[in-house]
Amino acid sequence: MGTAFAMPQMIPDAASPSTRSVVSARDLGLTFKTDDGPVTALTGVNLDVRKGDFVSFIGPSGCGKTTFLRVIADLEKPTSGTITVNGTTPQDARKNRSYGYVFQAAALYPWRTIEENIALPLEIMGYGAADRQARIERTLALVNLSGFGKKFPWQLSGGMQQRASIARALAFDADLLLMDEPFGALDEIVRDHLNEQLLELWARTEKTICFVTHSIPEAVYLSTRIVVMSPRPGRITDVIESTLPRERPLDIRETPEFLEIASRVRDGLRAGHSYDE
Amino acid sequence: MTAREKILPVLTILAALLALWYAAAVFLNAPFERDTAARAGTTITFSEILPRTMAQARPVLPAPHQVLAELWDTTINKPVTSKRSLVYHAWITLSATLVGFGLGTLLGITLAVGTVHNRAMDRSLMPWIIASQTIPILAIAPMIIVVLNAIGISGLLPKALISTYLSFFPIAVGMVKGLRSPEQIQLDLMRTYNASSSQLFWKLRWPASMPYLFTSLKVAVAIALVGAIVGELPTGAVAGLGARLLAGSYYGQTVQIWSALFMAAGLAAVLVLIVGAAHSAVLRRMGARP
Amino acid sequence: MNAILPAILFWLFAWALNAWLVRRTPASKTWDRVIRLVVPVLFGVSLLVLWEGFVRGFAVPAVLLPPPSMIWTRLISSLPTLWADFRQTFLKSVLTGYIAGCGLGFLVAIAIDRSPFLQKGLLPLGNFVSALPVVGIAPIMVMWLGFDWPSKVAVVVIMTFFPMLVNTVTGLASASSMEKDLMQTYAASWFQTLVKLRLPAAWPFIFNALKINSTLALIGAIVAEFFGTPIVGMGFRISTEVGRMNVDMVWAEIAVAALAGSVFYGVVALVERVVTFWHPSVRGGRA
Repeated sequence: MGTAFAMPQMIPDAASPSTRSVVSARDLGLTFKTDDGPVTALTGVNLDVRKGDFVSFIGPSGCGKTTFLRVIADLEKPTSGTITVNGTTPQDARKNRSYGYVFQAAALYPWRTIEENIALPLEIMGYGAADRQARIERTLALVNLSGFGKKFPWQLSGGMQQRASIARALAFDADLLLMDEPFGALDEIVRDHLNEQLLELWARTEKTICFVTHSIPEAVYLSTRIVVMSPRPGRITDVIESTLPRERPLDIRETPEFLEIASRVRDGLRAGHSYDE
Repeated sequence: MTAREKILPVLTILAALLALWYAAAVFLNAPFERDTAARAGTTITFSEILPRTMAQARPVLPAPHQVLAELWDTTINKPVTSKRSLVYHAWITLSATLVGFGLGTLLGITLAVGTVHNRAMDRSLMPWIIASQTIPILAIAPMIIVVLNAIGISGLLPKALISTYLSFFPIAVGMVKGLRSPEQIQLDLMRTYNASSSQLFWKLRWPASMPYLFTSLKVAVAIALVGAIVGELPTGAVAGLGARLLAGSYYGQTVQIWSALFMAAGLAAVLVLIVGAAHSAVLRRMGARP
Repeated sequence: MNAILPAILFWLFAWALNAWLVRRTPASKTWDRVIRLVVPVLFGVSLLVLWEGFVRGFAVPAVLLPPPSMIWTRLISSLPTLWADFRQTFLKSVLTGYIAGCGLGFLVAIAIDRSPFLQKGLLPLGNFVSALPVVGIAPIMVMWLGFDWPSKVAVVVIMTFFPMLVNTVTGLASASSMEKDLMQTYAASWFQTLVKLRLPAAWPFIFNALKINSTLALIGAIVAEFFGTPIVGMGFRISTEVGRMNVDMVWAEIAVAALAGSVFYGVVALVERVVTFWHPSVRGGRA
C-alpha cells in the first residue's frame, strides 16, 4: 500500500540486506484502529540500517518516527510489509534481547537505587550476582555516573536520570540501541553535553543506534544518516547521508558543511509538510 | 459495542453469584429438611429436599426468589403508610440519611473553607479531624441515641446527627484538597489582577474544588446511609431499615433481613447514582470532557 | 458557673498561642516539627478543658455528658474489664478478620490478574459493594456462626475484602505504559513483570486499602456485637452500659476504641512509609 509515495533514493544497495543490515524494512505499513476511524501511522517504509550506523529519525509529531522505532522493538505490530531485526522477526529479536531501548523519560523505578535499576534487565535475563555487579560498574562509568549507584532516581537531576536509563539499556550488551527522543525533556546545555557523551560512547562501543528526535541540530550532529519523515500518512520523505567525519567536536556545528546538511534536512521537512494547516 | 463489553462481564459474574446462591441455599437449608424427615420417622430423597429448601418459612439462607417475592410483597402489596411496608421503613431511614447528609455537607464545607483560610485552624483542627476517622465513630452511635432520648430528643434527629458525624469528614477532607488544588501559576494570575480574596475564592478555588467535592459526596452519602441504619439498632427502634434488621434477627425472620438488606443496597445505589449524575451534570456545565 | 470562665479563658489563650505559633517560621527543622506537634495537642487539651469547664459549670448531669476527669477515673478503675473487651473484640475479631479479609482480597486480585473478563466483571461490583451498608449482614452472620467471635470475623472479612480487591486491581494496573514497555523490551515473563514492576507500583494503592480497612474492621466488629455477643466485647459493653445509663463507662470504652483505632491506623501508616519510601507523597517531593 502507498508505495507510490516512496522516494526513489530509498532503494538501498540491494546486495543482501538481511545479512548486512541490522534493521531492514520493506514496504512497511501500520494502521491504528481508533474511535474516529483508522489512522495510518506508517506507510510504504523502506529502510536499511547498517551495522555501526547512527541513524536519526526526524520529523514533526505524528510522522510515525516513534511508531517505527516501536515496530523495530516489537512494541507495535506492523499491519503490512515486512521487517527484520538482526535477520529475524522483531519478536524473536526482542526475545533474544538483542536491543536496548531508551524512552523519552528515564522511566527509572523509584523504589530501586540507580544500581538496582541497572540490575533490573540483568535480573530478568538471569545474570549472576557477580557478573551483574561488574556490568553495573562498567556501564555507570560509561555514562559518567560512577559513585551515584547508591542514590535513588529522584535524588538525581533529569540529565543524570536519563544517563542512568542509557546505562540500563547498555548493561546487557545488546548491539542495537533504540532511543526515542531521549533528551527531549532536557534543557539545551544538558542536551549538548549528553550528545557529546553519546557520540563518545557510540565510538567506543561500536553499537548501531536508531535515534528519534525533533531537533535538526541534534540529528545532524549525531548521525551518519538522517531519515526525514512526514505525517498524514507517516512516511519517509528523504534519507540524507552525512558527510561529516566520525570525530565531531561540538563546534563542528558552526562549520559550513554542518549548516549545509542542516538546511537539507530543513528543506526535506518543509517539502513533506505544510505548516499552514 | 463498548457498553456490551462493559455489561457482559458484570452480568456473567452476577449470574455466577446467583447460581452460587441457589446452591448455597440448597446446601444450607437441606439439614433442616432432613431433620424434619428424621423426626417424622421418614426418609427423604434429594429430589424431594430440593424444592423444599427453596420454600422454607425461616430458612438459613433464603433463595433469591423468596427475597424478591418478599420485596415485592412488602413494597407493592402493602400501603406505604403501613408498618409492614418496606417503603415506609425505607423512607424513615432515607429521611434521616438525607437530613444528616445535608447537615454533614454544610459542616464539611464550612470546616474546609475555614481551614483553607485560617492557618491556626488548619494546624490545630485538621490533625483531629483526620484522627477522628481512625476512631470507630459508629461505636458512639448508641450513646448519642440514648442520651438524646434521655433529654427528650428522639426520632429522626439523633439518627441524622450520626449520619452528619459520619459524612462531614470525607467532605471536609475532599474540599480542603479541592480548594487547595489550584496551581501556583493560577494563583499568581489572580494576584496579577489584584483580585480580592472573595474573588479568588469564587472565581478560582470554588470551581476548582467541584470535582473533589462530588467525589467526596459520593462517599459521604453512602456512609450517611450506614450511619442512619446503625443509628436505628440500639434504641429498639420500631421503624426503619435498621429496625427491620434487628427485628428480623430477634425472630429469625431471615427473609425479612435479606429483603431489608436489599432495600438498603438499592437505596445506597440510587443515592450514589443521583450524586454521580449531579457530578457529571456540574462537570459538563463547567466544560469538562464527559 | 465558676468553672466556665477559666475554661473559656484557657481556650482563648490556647487559641491565641496557636495563632501566634503558626505564624512563626523557625530556622531549625526541629523547632518546626515541635510546633507542628504542639499546635494540635494544645488544641485538643484546650477542648478537653472547655468540656470539663462547661460540664462542671452548667452542672450537666453525668448521665448526659460526664466530664473528662470522671471518664479518666472510670477508665483507670475498670482496666481489667476494658482489657477483656479489647482482647475479645480487637485481638480476636478485628485482627483475624482484617488479616483474612485483606489477604483474601489481595489473593483474588492476583488470581484474576490475567483475566480481563473477570476484572471487568468484579471491579464494578466491588466498587458497588464498597458503597453498600455491608455491616447490615451482621445479623445474618450472627445467626449462622453464633454469638462468639467467628461471626464478627466473618463480618470483618466481608467488609474488608472488597476495598482490598478493588485497590489491588487498580494498583496492579497503575504502572505506566512506558514502564510496561520497558519490561516488554526485556522480554520479561508475566511473573517477572508482576514482581519487579507491578507489585511495587501497586503498594501505595494496597496501603490505601489497608488504611481504609483498619477503620472498617473495627466498625464492623463493634457493630456486629450489637446483634449479639457473649458477655464480653467492646460493642457489647457499649450497648449494655448505655442501657444502664453508665455513660462514663461507655466513654471509657470509646476512649479505648479510639486509642486502638488510632494506633492500628498509625502502625499501618508507619509500615506504609517504610515500604513506599519512594512515593512522592511520602518523601514530600516532586514526582
